[in-house]
Amino acid sequence: MKYAYFPGCSAESTARDLYLSTLAIAPVLGIEFVEPKGWSCCGTTMAHQVDHDLSVSLAAANLLKVKDMGLNMVVSCASCYSRMKIANHEISTHPKTREKIAATLGRDYDGSVKVRHFVEIILEDMGLAAFKKALTHSLQGLKVASYYGCLLVRPPEIASFDDPENPVYMDRLIHAMGGVGLDWPHKVECCGGSLTLTRSDLVIKLSEAIIAMAKDAGAQCIAVACPMCQINLDMRQANILKATGKRYNMPIIYITQLMGLCLGMSEQVLGLNKLIISPQETLNFIQSSIRS
Amino acid sequence: MPIRIKKEAVPEGISRRVKEISGIDINGCLQCKKCTNGCPVSGYTASSPAEIIKKLQLGAGKELLDSEIIWTCVSCSTCYSRCPMEINMAQVMDALRVLAEETGAATPDGNMPLMNKILLGTIKTFGRTYDLGAMALYKAGTASYMKDMDKVPMILKKGKIALLPSQGADKKMVKQIFNHLEKARKK
Repeated sequence: MKYAYFPGCSAESTARDLYLSTLAIAPVLGIEFVEPKGWSCCGTTMAHQVDHDLSVSLAAANLLKVKDMGLNMVVSCASCYSRMKIANHEISTHPKTREKIAATLGRDYDGSVKVRHFVEIILEDMGLAAFKKALTHSLQGLKVASYYGCLLVRPPEIASFDDPENPVYMDRLIHAMGGVGLDWPHKVECCGGSLTLTRSDLVIKLSEAIIAMAKDAGAQCIAVACPMCQINLDMRQANILKATGKRYNMPIIYITQLMGLCLGMSEQVLGLNKLIISPQETLNFIQSSIRS
Repeated sequence: MPIRIKKEAVPEGISRRVKEISGIDINGCLQCKKCTNGCPVSGYTASSPAEIIKKLQLGAGKELLDSEIIWTCVSCSTCYSRCPMEINMAQVMDALRVLAEETGAATPDGNMPLMNKILLGTIKTFGRTYDLGAMALYKAGTASYMKDMDKVPMILKKGKIALLPSQGADKKMVKQIFNHLEKARKK
């Protein structure tokens, strides 16, 4: 299984842990990644607010690079996933947009490169049976609230990721790893995403609602697949404590990090030391379960 | 709750421009308010997606562009996903942001337009976002030095933010995109 892997800007900064863990587990699962040379920003949450054509062009420049490689694109950031898919959609359904983007890039792009999330290729290309076979360790009953957020699942006809209101892809991976994927109502609520620095007052409220619901559902940790969700839910727990006096102490762990643990990898390799809320209790639980 | 608007010289108000920019026709809206009920921010902000659409339909003028929700909207697309008439409200919001910038509407709390400008500036320069640089410029631009300053040493120590901008991007292509579209906008 060979793909062009698009890391996204956060891979070098706020989501270094997602990047490290994804690259660590991919080869063990028989996945070969090639990074497109000179990849650039997809335009993420800003470009579409300022200029539609800018957002489509920034994403399309990367899709064109991947088309030249003759591969399909795999991303691990939900925002990159969304912008790439929207660019493909806009280019293949609006001929005028396609023309404008061709003029901007100096080359025509037809919107044909398939864009997949890392979670999708595990379930759809590798299959759960093969994934299970590769595992060396188990989550042994760890209760995990899978949090999907907005950008993976919406808008549904463009994202086409699992079920838009009740996605279960990450839950299926957690079950395969021997954990319990909790049924809880805030799987696709919004954490406040791009407002993190401009309106942290709102982000704190939105993030708290999600963390509180996960706690009520009995979660020992929240599993995420989006860098913005991760940093909002993780970093803002200190603000929640200050504003409400409530200490949730809820580890926000990338699904790829949980997968790495079940492949017997170290915390260092998976970037677990970068999490702000310490995942130590979760790690202790997994390790004690393994011994017993 | 009554919805009040101020009509202006142009009979269709700004709704015609919204359609031009976004390609979205809002006239099918049934005011069922599924968008508003699902909206994560409408409970915390003045106005709501359904109210914005109603005001557009009634031919609201520029005062609509001062609405807080234009900038508190997180583009989560819950509104569009649940709309029985498939109105892409997220794109309508994008069009309203463009119009707000064009007409010099009120600067919203948190100054999102400045944040967008700074982050896009880092992309234009480096081809990729540069978070730490953008944070510093944003803080200087909004004089909010103290806010979140406790976070910076912590995320730096954890290696959860890059100290220096990335150097690996195809900067030539990214510059070409920005320059081409800036020229196109001026025309």
